[in-house]
Amino acid sequence: MTARGRDGALARRMLIGLAVVVAGIVLGMPLAIVLVEAFARGPAAYLAALADQDTLDAIRLTVLVALCSVTVTTVFGVAAAWCIARFDFRGRSLLLTVIDLPFSVSPVIAGLVQVLLFGRRGWLGPFLETYDIRIVFALPGIVLATVFVTLPFVARELIPLMQEQGAEEEEAALSLGASGWQTFWRVTLPNIRFALLTGVLLANARAMGEFGAVSVVSGHIRGATNTMPLQVEILFNDYQIEAAFAVASVLALLALVTLGLKLALERHQSGTHANEERPT
Amino acid sequence: MSPPLTLSRRLALSLPLAAAAIRPAMAKTRVELMNVSYDPTRELYRRLNPAFAAQPAVAAEFDVAVRMSHGGSGAQARSVIDGLDADVVTLALAHDIDAIAAAGRLAKGWQARPPDNSSPYTSTIVFLVRKGNPKKIRDWDDLVRPGIQVITPNPKTSGGARWNFLAAYAAALDKAGGNDAQARAFMKRLFQNVPVLDTGARGATLTFTRRGIGDVLLAWENEAFLAMQEDAKGGFEIVVPPASILAEPPVAVVDQVVDRRGTRKAAQAYLEFLYTPEGQEICARNFYRPRSKAVAEAFGKVFPQLTLFTIEERFGGWTRAHDTYFADGAIFDQVYQPGG
Amino acid sequence: MAHATSPAAFGRPRRVIPGLGLSFTITTGTLAVLVLLPLAAMVAMSLSKGVPAFVAALADRRVLAAFRVTIVSALAAAIISAIFGLLLAWVLTRYRFPGRRFIDAAVDLPFALPTAVAGIALTALYAPNGWIGALLVPLGISVAFTPLGIGVALVFVGLPFVVRAVQPILEDLPADEEEAARLLGATRMQIFLRVIMPACAPALVTGFTMAFARGLGEYGSVIFIAGNKPMLSEIVPLLIVIQLDQYNYTGAAAIGTAMLLVSFAMLMVINRLQAWAAAR
Repeated sequence: MTARGRDGALARRMLIGLAVVVAGIVLGMPLAIVLVEAFARGPAAYLAALADQDTLDAIRLTVLVALCSVTVTTVFGVAAAWCIARFDFRGRSLLLTVIDLPFSVSPVIAGLVQVLLFGRRGWLGPFLETYDIRIVFALPGIVLATVFVTLPFVARELIPLMQEQGAEEEEAALSLGASGWQTFWRVTLPNIRFALLTGVLLANARAMGEFGAVSVVSGHIRGATNTMPLQVEILFNDYQIEAAFAVASVLALLALVTLGLKLALERHQSGTHANEERPT
Repeated sequence: MSPPLTLSRRLALSLPLAAAAIRPAMAKTRVELMNVSYDPTRELYRRLNPAFAAQPAVAAEFDVAVRMSHGGSGAQARSVIDGLDADVVTLALAHDIDAIAAAGRLAKGWQARPPDNSSPYTSTIVFLVRKGNPKKIRDWDDLVRPGIQVITPNPKTSGGARWNFLAAYAAALDKAGGNDAQARAFMKRLFQNVPVLDTGARGATLTFTRRGIGDVLLAWENEAFLAMQEDAKGGFEIVVPPASILAEPPVAVVDQVVDRRGTRKAAQAYLEFLYTPEGQEICARNFYRPRSKAVAEAFGKVFPQLTLFTIEERFGGWTRAHDTYFADGAIFDQVYQPGG
Repeated sequence: MAHATSPAAFGRPRRVIPGLGLSFTITTGTLAVLVLLPLAAMVAMSLSKGVPAFVAALADRRVLAAFRVTIVSALAAAIISAIFGLLLAWVLTRYRFPGRRFIDAAVDLPFALPTAVAGIALTALYAPNGWIGALLVPLGISVAFTPLGIGVALVFVGLPFVVRAVQPILEDLPADEEEAARLLGATRMQIFLRVIMPACAPALVTGFTMAFARGLGEYGSVIFIAGNKPMLSEIVPLLIVIQLDQYNYTGAAAIGTAMLLVSFAMLMVINRLQAWAAAR
């Protein structure tokens, strides 16, 4: 027994050590090098890199794109979760698969399809040209490509939760005379708020960080259609490696904040779950 | 091609006319031009654009801002075809602007409009090697020696890489006395020495300089000079082969865009500025060979002497060169055998 | 009593819960306009020169090589992710050690870190003059700008899928089974193979498949590190971009359509796997 115990402790220590090494190499070092390279020329150079006009424009555009696309993703996610988790209808599982589709489609395809649909030679190209409407190489195209890749994020968080919660509370509210919207705002939304926020958070991180899809539709116009990830690539190619890493570090920071908030939300979520479970 | 007089006459005509058109009390017209360009011109246009905006004749009429977009020449042309609203395109090779013309965005005879084949500046293809030239690379022959690692981008996506390919091919033809089969064998060996095939000229430069891969980089002369300038440690030197290609990166106004946006006048003035003494000097200072004889003489020491041949002389122009060498299944596809 | 009403949400929905029409319209409308229509434009473009041209575009040896490179590296990376992921999930659920929560949170980093940032960070790490690359040079191993680089990038993006799939299973695994096995004299290896592995196999396979599916479409993190040599280290999404940039719209659309079919197939497999895992 004791021999085995000591043996077990050794194995335990080795496994923990191995896991720490794997996490350090795979997860820790990429993050570390971004920060090290960003500050390679000191904090003054770092701030100067971020204060560059094109970079500021890229930050502004990124926030704008994320705002637009996350709004669409959120409305879509709530609607999708409502109809999937609260109703049964023919084609429900097919709908579920289609909702997941953008997750497994390459981001490059998300960009390509916008060009093939809205580009000058695309399906709608002649129509858009007649009315002088610009989609690709402008804000709408970037938003559309971003929406494409982020669409499932909120729905994916909400569907399992709402299925698990069931419809009892909503039914009770309705039977007490509440309208559909009242039920949604007063009953459903409070119940799903943490999952909803988690979904929004993840969708936002993805929207701000999307590269492949946006790179195909952006046109790379400096100060106009470059998002932060594209700006990282541009600076990298402009011999401004430190500036590239400076912008990258802002995105990395965003990732860390996202993870922190997600963790906090998950704790809240399990907390409320525990509270809800007690009376039952 | 066109006599230099054409330009001065154009300027003499257009600029005072432009100036005369301003009604004294009127505010200046705000114009935003978009220049869609290829990879290595980033630093060049960063300096040309403010100089253009500050030109007295321009500043008198326009409050002008120039937006830039850079990328692989083919990729940039494709974006313009798909609807990127470039007022002017300044690309790596005529074939890419031909493709935009074929898509109906600018008139087919674009290259005959501004002087000098529509190329206000030229360049050539040189070798960038590591300090001291440890592998003793002097001429095109040296690139196919076993054990030499050559960095060049992908001719399918990079304009610079196409110039690289044609310059090497011409050298191979010369060596083989015009025997095409031998020239192809030469190119096959050359590409066996290529460890990384970046999609753009700038990517290839960074692979060679920053990532320390390869013994020699085939590069635009301007790109090689810039890489030397960016490298504080002096780790590189330029080797100029005895003969190379005269690379003519063309510029053009995109008719469809300027006519719709009403920016033709400013766009034309922008391209014409490239041919002025001031524009030419900025080109030369950024290591592009100026067309102006006077500026070329002033910067004579910067640009080394070598035998330069044009694509028209050796390959019958870009359309033919593209179909023969770079189309799907053409010679590049035949000689490129990765994994060797 | 509460449970008696629950099936009603499925059986006779419209009577009780309102909003099916609205939520269904928003869901399907958004999917149709933002996802399916653009994808249809791509499929139509891929077939615009006829089926033989579609087949020819895919049968090109460079395209086939790109598919081989993509599939092989995604598969290899998914296997490594599965091993590392299982290790991390095991250590995180079974052991308490300083920094455990930190590593647990960091596992999600690849979800939140933009792929372009991951791309330049990994390239900087594994280049011959990078922190890790420099250590590998004396061993004659080059990672950056070789197919190995693709694998490194895909392990980074794939790892969290495995950890997050396996973790809940390990957490819920009843300790008494292991305890019983131990009392019956089973060795640790036997317990691992006979008790633990069968329990988490479905989740492990699900995580593996998700990592694989994500790896097939990954673009941003790969293109910086891969070297992008045709036939050797050129991935399918990059080839789509390259075809597009050579004005070969049908070729790009054909490759995109083939990838779309693969994505759809992967989704079906993942759905089946999840159903299987849930049934166990």
